[in-house]
Amino acid sequence: MTQTLSLDNLHVGEVGPVSLQVGPGEILCISGPSGSGKSRLLRAVADLEPHEGRVLLGDTPASDLSASDWRRRVMLIPSESRWWHDHVRDHCGPEQTEDLKALGFEPSVLDWPVSRLSSGEKQRLALYRALTLAPEALLLDEPTANLDGTNRDQVERWLLERIRESGRPTLWVAHDPEQIQRVASAHYRIHGHQLERV
Amino acid sequence: MELIELEYWQLALASILVLALAACSWLIQLNFGKPLIIAAIRTTVQLSIIGLVLEALFSTGALGWVALMGIAMVFLAGREVMMRQRRRLKGGWAFGIGTSAMFVSAFTVALMTLLLVIRPDPWFTPQYAIPLLGMLLGNTMNGIALSLDRLTDTVWRQREDIEGRLMLGQGWQDAISDIRREAMRSGMIPTINMMAAAGIVSLPGMMTGQILAGSPPALAVKYQILLMFTIAAGTGFGTMLAVTVGSYRLFDQRQRLRTDRITAPKQ
Repeated sequence: MTQTLSLDNLHVGEVGPVSLQVGPGEILCISGPSGSGKSRLLRAVADLEPHEGRVLLGDTPASDLSASDWRRRVMLIPSESRWWHDHVRDHCGPEQTEDLKALGFEPSVLDWPVSRLSSGEKQRLALYRALTLAPEALLLDEPTANLDGTNRDQVERWLLERIRESGRPTLWVAHDPEQIQRVASAHYRIHGHQLERV
Repeated sequence: MELIELEYWQLALASILVLALAACSWLIQLNFGKPLIIAAIRTTVQLSIIGLVLEALFSTGALGWVALMGIAMVFLAGREVMMRQRRRLKGGWAFGIGTSAMFVSAFTVALMTLLLVIRPDPWFTPQYAIPLLGMLLGNTMNGIALSLDRLTDTVWRQREDIEGRLMLGQGWQDAISDIRREAMRSGMIPTINMMAAAGIVSLPGMMTGQILAGSPPALAVKYQILLMFTIAAGTGFGTMLAVTVGSYRLFDQRQRLRTDRITAPKQ
């Protein structure tokens, strides 16, 4: 399951061409002013946005798979998570108690109604939810934006550990320079229409 | 039994009720006086014209004219379906889906009912064909308009939920399944309610009309039941078709939600 995620001449909106590679277990951080197209770039990688150019996981281009298969492998976790069923459990794959604990939850959280969750809890559970579905690459859009210091550290540590041990290539949109220092294997900044290595 | 002739002054008498209602609306500023008057005038003009058309049609009884009338009715109903949606699919799809769904359901069901069930001689006798098609169209039109309106409006409001589901790798059919089900339900519910309440709460319009026109109640009831069944079938199949094609159109080949294919509501 350890594969490289490659962007090959990707154009989306104003941004592009973007060509880069994220190796297994690597975290490539993307930063840039708001409105510069970071989220849109991630959406294009997940094939949710019309774009030019190619994205490959290993040797497989997105176009070789059905869009839903692609998104199951290359999973985008947006900064604002959405919940459509009544209970947390209905959104998740097989239960992974270890992960819940690592994120500071009791297993009973799965039976909570979604309406009871705070925005920080939603964000952490959205990460948990995505990982229960066993994606092969991750696209994280400001995964700690709604979290306070303690929770942020907890989530960061857990994500790092899970990304490294499973070898998932990861694109991580981040604001905080210190966080980028802590997690990034490589850091790119959107400057004008281009991605520049920092 | 003799039919009681209805004179124009008697209609004028009834119109006083509508005028009184409009006056009330104006007095307490309910703001439906103007649309009420316009609708009342439309009803008068449209029905008078259709009266003349039907008189002419009944006197010729030619298949060509009956077919032309039927097709014109389908297109007008298709336009009405489109107009009733707050947000609609762009590029002729709202009209196309509504019209073709009604053509497939209402038109086909009317044809089958004429050919296999009622069997007038000739089968296109306008006294049977036109009212039957009209009743079917009126009801399927409601169902299809309601369901498409519900579909596009809910998809618009829940677009982020749908995308959230797509992001987790759900196929587009899964991502929209709840909305599609609700849209079909909302199209079917009026028909189901109508069948369930018929005779208890309300006497259906066609039956009432037949009884007023002097036909024995037992026969009127049989026609009404036949009509209810055909309406249920027409509305159900029409709604299913419209919602299926409509939701298909809301996604592209890469299963992306394309809310850019829906218009913004007027106002």
